[in-house]
Amino acid sequence: MKKILFVMLVAIGFSQFAHAQIYITRTGYIGFFSKTPMEDIKAENSQVYAVIDVAKKNIAFAALLKGFLFRKQLMQEHFNENYVESDKYPKATFSGTFKSNEDVTQNGVHNVDVSGKISLHGVENPVTTTATLEMKDGKLTGKAHLLMVPGDYNIQIPSLVREKIEKEIKVEILIECSATK
Amino acid sequence: MSAGTIINRTTMRKKICYILLSSLFLSTAVFSQDSTLLNMLTDSMTNQGDKGIVTQTFKATQIINLPTVEAPKRNNMQFLIMHRFGKINDGAYEFFGLDNADIRLALDYGITDRFAIGIGRSSLDKTFDGSFKWKILQQSKRMPVTVSLYELITNTTLKYEDKPYLDAKLRTAYTSQLLIARKFSRNLSLQFSPAWTHYNLVPTPEDKNDVITLSMGGRMKITKRMSINAEYNYILPDQIVSTTAYNSLSLGLDIETGGHVFQLVFSNTQGMIGPWYLTKTSGTWGNGDIYFGFNISRSFNFNKEKEAKKW
Repeated sequence: MKKILFVMLVAIGFSQFAHAQIYITRTGYIGFFSKTPMEDIKAENSQVYAVIDVAKKNIAFAALLKGFLFRKQLMQEHFNENYVESDKYPKATFSGTFKSNEDVTQNGVHNVDVSGKISLHGVENPVTTTATLEMKDGKLTGKAHLLMVPGDYNIQIPSLVREKIEKEIKVEILIECSATK
Repeated sequence: MSAGTIINRTTMRKKICYILLSSLFLSTAVFSQDSTLLNMLTDSMTNQGDKGIVTQTFKATQIINLPTVEAPKRNNMQFLIMHRFGKINDGAYEFFGLDNADIRLALDYGITDRFAIGIGRSSLDKTFDGSFKWKILQQSKRMPVTVSLYELITNTTLKYEDKPYLDAKLRTAYTSQLLIARKFSRNLSLQFSPAWTHYNLVPTPEDKNDVITLSMGGRMKITKRMSINAEYNYILPDQIVSTTAYNSLSLGLDIETGGHVFQLVFSNTQGMIGPWYLTKTSGTWGNGDIYFGFNISRSFNFNKEKEAKKW
């Protein structure tokens, strides 16, 4: 009985080990853009944490909202202070899964469908998008575009500046992950 | 030992085995849920990412008259209009002060994120001023307060027919202020500021050339974009003898919209720069010597567009 148990334990342990293909980065990029005739808004964060589990097809992101850099310092302060309230809700996160007909562990560019939940400003919303995953020499690069509506995340835009901010904010995501050892 | 207990023991063992095995499988099942990945990320992020730098202690570069620890950031310029009407107790003939006005126009420019310079011109005594504001300490997780040094030089150019001896040197005064502020919560910020004003010329020998004052001020946000402000400037006794100078108390309301900050102001002092609101306040609230006014600031950004990340 003990032997069987031991063998099973070892087998389970190994199977986990063999499947632990986790790719991670701490320097992922998320940028968002809004373009109106009155104002161009652009903010970029290059310290995004991201992790992809290739075997389980799971994917997760976390970004500090204070890490988003704007060209206009004042805009950055207002973003943190009045819009996303980063002192109360310091992080934006995503966690979800991806689907693909291809084997993403093979070198090459693979199209995937990502679905999961974005959490921002204390609000969680489901989101689905297409993305690409490129495997190249043990590095996994993910790219995706999203459209996000501030109102979905309880981010109110005062009527005075409504003309200056697009209804839907374009979000770009670029992560270059390396395998964990 | 009876046979029954032995059987019981084997079934016990089997049970334990099952429990162990199933718990193992369960644990793997739990691990494969995506929230674990996210927890892994957020844990390591909490451990290193955030320095907790505190920004926006105040919305404007002045509480009402008293400069705050805030200044325009690098390559940002602020145009500031400070405006005070006459005293409310001037009565109906002066339209409760609205017939008269004092104005200060100022430009402030951030050379770095922590060092800004400024120039200004007040209509009161036709005064020019120059200043710098240097942020020495920045409130963060490790630092309880933000500390800035504000240095102001003023020169009055009002002509006096009877005082031809007044040269530029005698018309000059200096104010140094140490601005110590803490943002206690997202709504409440307080500032304490000792100040030293030096006059090259005072009215009588009994008056001190160096006047020490203590200022207290703060803001309480009432909505995300509005706050109520107050400041009090206290003159230490036995410094100004020949004239009566009162302590100044000012109340204000901040309204912030995009690049503008609009401040509505009630104060018993007319001047808007160091030597005036600190040491030359001639009115009191009790007598109704209240000046209504406003400050409007507009910020301009001269930072060049950084090249977009290529991908």
